[in-house]
Amino acid sequence: MNLHGFVTEFWPSTVDGLVLGSIYALFALGYTMVYGVLKLINFAHSEVFMVGTMAMLGVLNLLDIHRLPGGVELMGALLLCALAAMVASGATALMLELIAYRPLRRRGSSRLAALISAIGMSFALQQIFALFVVGKPGHPRTDPVPFPTLMGHAVMFRLGVAQVTSDDVLVVVTALAMMVALDRLVSTTKLGRGIRAVAQDPETATLMGVNLDRVIMYTFLIGGVMAGVAATLFGVHYAYTQATVGQLPGIKAFTAAVLGGIGNLRGALLGGLTIGLLEFYGSSIFGTQWENPVVFAVLVVVLLFRPTGILGESLTRARV
Amino acid sequence: MSQYNATNPAVKATVVDFDSQGDPSQANNGANTLISDKVVAVIGPAFSGESAAADPIFEQAGIPNITPSATNVKLAQHGYKFFHRALADDSFQGVGDADYLVNTLHASTVAVIDDNSTYGAGLAQNVIPQVTKEGGTVAVTDHVDPNGADYGSTVNKVVASKAAAVFYGGYYDAAGRLVKQLRAAGYTGLFMSGDGSEDAMFVTDAGGAPAEGAYLSCACADETQNPAAKSFVSAYQAMWSEPPAIYSAEAYDATNFVLAAIKSGATTATAINNYLATSSWQGITKTLKFLPDGNVAGGTIYVYKVEGGKLVQIGTTS
Repeated sequence: MNLHGFVTEFWPSTVDGLVLGSIYALFALGYTMVYGVLKLINFAHSEVFMVGTMAMLGVLNLLDIHRLPGGVELMGALLLCALAAMVASGATALMLELIAYRPLRRRGSSRLAALISAIGMSFALQQIFALFVVGKPGHPRTDPVPFPTLMGHAVMFRLGVAQVTSDDVLVVVTALAMMVALDRLVSTTKLGRGIRAVAQDPETATLMGVNLDRVIMYTFLIGGVMAGVAATLFGVHYAYTQATVGQLPGIKAFTAAVLGGIGNLRGALLGGLTIGLLEFYGSSIFGTQWENPVVFAVLVVVLLFRPTGILGESLTRARV
Repeated sequence: MSQYNATNPAVKATVVDFDSQGDPSQANNGANTLISDKVVAVIGPAFSGESAAADPIFEQAGIPNITPSATNVKLAQHGYKFFHRALADDSFQGVGDADYLVNTLHASTVAVIDDNSTYGAGLAQNVIPQVTKEGGTVAVTDHVDPNGADYGSTVNKVVASKAAAVFYGGYYDAAGRLVKQLRAAGYTGLFMSGDGSEDAMFVTDAGGAPAEGAYLSCACADETQNPAAKSFVSAYQAMWSEPPAIYSAEAYDATNFVLAAIKSGATTATAINNYLATSSWQGITKTLKFLPDGNVAGGTIYVYKVEGGKLVQIGTTS
């Protein structure tokens, strides 16, 4: 116990926690939307994120950036990275649905089979990327591959003793903007109405003329695109990737989804930010080795009192 | 191996390769696979965690194993007869590192961070008491997750403690991320790490500039500077088109020691083990002579510094 540490590191912890939490929140959307619609935990979603970071690596290598670009150049490079990551992650999520889940659904298999299929796809993708994409002879194939640092850590303003850098601001603002856009999409568009209808009652929705397969495809696509944005922000902030890069953040993002209320979009945001902050506050009090135990202890306590998460489970009930 | 087979056609040796990916559970598997393949000697495992998992299996099967790189102290404390280590261990290295930080670099306050691995935590535990003994202060200790991306909380602790130096016990990938995030947060103190980080990838993972000026220690010398290793260095370069990685030369010596045993007529696991216990081998890194606990006799800790993005050997800890 080190409450003194908590006090002296409060502001840096808050800034770091919000940045990491924003990435978790975007990442968690894929888990939560797929669960809302299919009641399936897409464990391969961590690899959707990983593929996004790999696409970003590809673009950076292609552009051959070695120095820090500024202004327009930087904006262009970032947009290009984001675009590539979104396309790659979206495509991976779609591929998962088409290869690993739809055939099982067609044959009327249990949800458990789809879950195992998800875990299998996760391992397969990880190992494929480790072997053929980033593996280096003489080093473990899952070793990290660093990115060129796109944004220098220019201090924009101070919050207490904490320095808030330009990449911190970019991560939080982009994540919030994407969340708001998605929230609007689900609550106002025809596609959003379809998603909500399927989440509420798939059979009735089909009878009402909703194309079930198409809605499911779009759900995977949207979750994948959001993971692509999360991957880009991760790449900008941490500047590396590896075949197993999605594993740990994936577990945290999934936890965020459960904590906020799985199937609930606003729950993902709340859960992501809560977990990001908890990690840093927990580390400052108990030491960094307690970061994960603190997060999961809080999860257990919350679920004891609110079994469906902080904001409740349903996509519709929370009027998303 | 190919050098040996080219010179001695009487008994051909073959290599059975298993990549344990640094994972103790994989190493466990690998050990059993190798035993069922009837290997007579093992060069490896490479890391301390996987050695701790695989060594008992080799011991039970009676297969001599020489690790060219696992430096955890406890590995030699089980009374194993078949375990050997081709370099000095972490008690040697940790003490040397602490001496170097406090006495040579004059860092009076040190933050000691490790990755909670068998190797990293073991090394850190040898550094901490020695820093105090030499008159320095351990300002803060912390443990990071080697698979984690964000070391912000550790960075915040180090910055708040105003430590003059950071010592990290762990491997190069996490060390690179840690030093990168320390420098990004404006930390200007010294950074030192052990042999787990003594790899060109440390500089790459740190993103170049943040690694500049970092100190790395190793029970291994820079073989490209060693005249005795000249033919090995060029052979390695020709085969893999890159300069020898860390512990390649130690692995080369260990392999040659085993091959010398085979050449002397020892073709069974037990005979090879007897040969290793009683003979010595004039290798390119040092003379390999194993003590009864499997540790090598003698040993020097070399210090490297990152200068212009390269790891440059600048001296020894003593």
